[in-house]
Amino acid sequence: MNATVKLAGSNARPNAETRLAMFREMLRIRTVEERISQLYPEQEIRCPTHLCIGQEAPPVGVSAHLRPDDMVFSAHRSHGHYLAKGADLKAMMAELYGKVTGCALGKGGSQHLVDLEAGFMGSAPILASTISVGVGATWGRRRLGKECVTAIYFGDGATEEGTYYEALNFAQVEKLPVIFVCENNLYSVHATMAVRQPSNRTLTDFARGNGVYALSGDGNDVEDVWRLAGEAVERARNGGGPAFLELFTYRHREHVGPNPDLDLNYRSVEEFESWVKRDPVITYRARLEAEGALPAYDQVYAGINAEVDEAVRFAKESPFPPPEMLTQHIYPEPRR
Amino acid sequence: MTRILKFVEALREGAADLMEADKTVFLIGLGVPGPTGIFGSTTGLAERFGADRVLEMPASENGMTGMILGASVVGMRPIMVHMRMDFAVLAMEPLVNQAAKWHYMYGGKMKAPITVRMIIGRGWGQGPQHSQSLQAWFAHVPGLKVVMPTTAYDAKGMLISAVEDDAPVIIVEHRWLYGATGEVPAGLYRVPLDKAVVRRTGSDVTIAATSYMTLEALNAAELLAEIGISAEVIDLRCLTPIDTETLFASVRKTGRLVTADTGHTSFGVAAEVTARVAEGAFCALKAAPRMMGLPQIPTPTSPALADLYYPVARDIAVQVLEMMGSDRQLPPAAPDKRKWKDVPDMTYTGPY
Repeated sequence: MNATVKLAGSNARPNAETRLAMFREMLRIRTVEERISQLYPEQEIRCPTHLCIGQEAPPVGVSAHLRPDDMVFSAHRSHGHYLAKGADLKAMMAELYGKVTGCALGKGGSQHLVDLEAGFMGSAPILASTISVGVGATWGRRRLGKECVTAIYFGDGATEEGTYYEALNFAQVEKLPVIFVCENNLYSVHATMAVRQPSNRTLTDFARGNGVYALSGDGNDVEDVWRLAGEAVERARNGGGPAFLELFTYRHREHVGPNPDLDLNYRSVEEFESWVKRDPVITYRARLEAEGALPAYDQVYAGINAEVDEAVRFAKESPFPPPEMLTQHIYPEPRR
Repeated sequence: MTRILKFVEALREGAADLMEADKTVFLIGLGVPGPTGIFGSTTGLAERFGADRVLEMPASENGMTGMILGASVVGMRPIMVHMRMDFAVLAMEPLVNQAAKWHYMYGGKMKAPITVRMIIGRGWGQGPQHSQSLQAWFAHVPGLKVVMPTTAYDAKGMLISAVEDDAPVIIVEHRWLYGATGEVPAGLYRVPLDKAVVRRTGSDVTIAATSYMTLEALNAAELLAEIGISAEVIDLRCLTPIDTETLFASVRKTGRLVTADTGHTSFGVAAEVTARVAEGAFCALKAAPRMMGLPQIPTPTSPALADLYYPVARDIAVQVLEMMGSDRQLPPAAPDKRKWKDVPDMTYTGPY
């Protein structure tokens, strides 16, 4: 899905093939997440699961510029980041079901996805923890002569943990090719930005104040994400150092779990509806259809649906890890 | 030819030999390439291997520990150094939640071969935040390996084993051992990360000690020998796991156990060793075990209070006499030139 990149702020658009590919990937992520939310009440997916419904555009717009050997790190709301990087859907689904065919043999669950072949290096739910790990991995790759661009995804809450600042600082000191992708969905669990951060500076200001090249944009518009990420990735790949992207987006479901949560009253119906109106998948479908760029939606959806069916079947039919696996992988095998 | 080196020199040589042998090994930490070189343990290495392999870092213990974890998962072999273990408390999250678990929670696909050297201490007013011995915290966490070398030989051999090991390894080094001398071979050699060693054989009591307390235990054994009591001294060296084979064999021979650790006894290494023996060799015990370590009190700074705080050889010997129900008298204490016991010997002077 690589495409020629124009500068951010320009009206550059991805070519037709990329547009269609980005739409398909957003729809695929949405379909996976919707399916998980339908299956979750069966009580067979028995791990904390943070769905990214409503937040599909950032991973798709960013990954459009990443190469297979570029790296991605993520936090707890990671399914979209994992899938958009080309990681294995069946292994993810099996991981959610705690099966031995899962990407972490069932030992990690939704919060610890990994697919090294796809460059998805890991995810962890202690908000900002993987940010410094991603920076270090990028540094290590440079030292090993295998430099790549790394996208590290995190939420607005993660920026309140000290290690975020520490990682940002070090990445800028070393001019590392890291894209810090902040999906600002306005809430840390249920807490608004107003009680967590000062109103006289933005997250973009904060990154910029630390010397990091920083851009912000509409995280519900995949083409806006694509433009910003394109500039950031190209800049990083050419030795320009790290970049920070603040992408405003919105979580449609509860913080963790499959359900709507307007009954909790921490966000207003008006606010919720205003964001749902700007649903990244639905609005992009409408745009592409209006442009005549999406000729066969039903066929696209049917293909995705069949893939998801197959992944769920695979997960459900796979065996659980055998008992002896409990004590495996505490320590790596001795090298000598 | 036998070479006698100081513990600190053995550490420095071990790091140099590792970096010579493997381009992926690097050293990092506050002050690592600096003029005082972590009490001398890294002096000269930056000049020899370059500033990109012997690295200064921002004072970001948390983030930089995550950083070395990331470097390790892509194939580097970092050695991080904390001049005081107390600073590693800022890095508990990446060590405990991340490094310890990356191999297990990603189903064996990830390895985190990091080595973190943490220096503990005693005396010279280092007080509540510059001398803590928190090894039990790390040993409590599955996935971390924790070792506490006592001799110069082990300091180098365990550093090499730690860096070559694919697991995250914490090396706890006592500042008062840095001047201790011993035989150290040239070149790479390895000391296992899971075996204790008997430093002195005996038949009446087992003293199981860690790090610097092994020296106090050996001195206690000397005192006891003068009054006809034979103490066996085990240098535990490794906490993950505790070498119960060596421990139980000794207790089955002596029937008595005193533990001596540099940390707090409550929930600590001394308590763990005692529990293991109670569970695995209870029938061999002729008396209730005794624990020597730090009381549940923050470390005081004033030498007048610190002298009351730290157990010494004589305290260990007294415990042995009590548990044996012996009325023998320890020989009178040799004259001590030290005004305060906040230095290991008269060669130590402040500041430090």
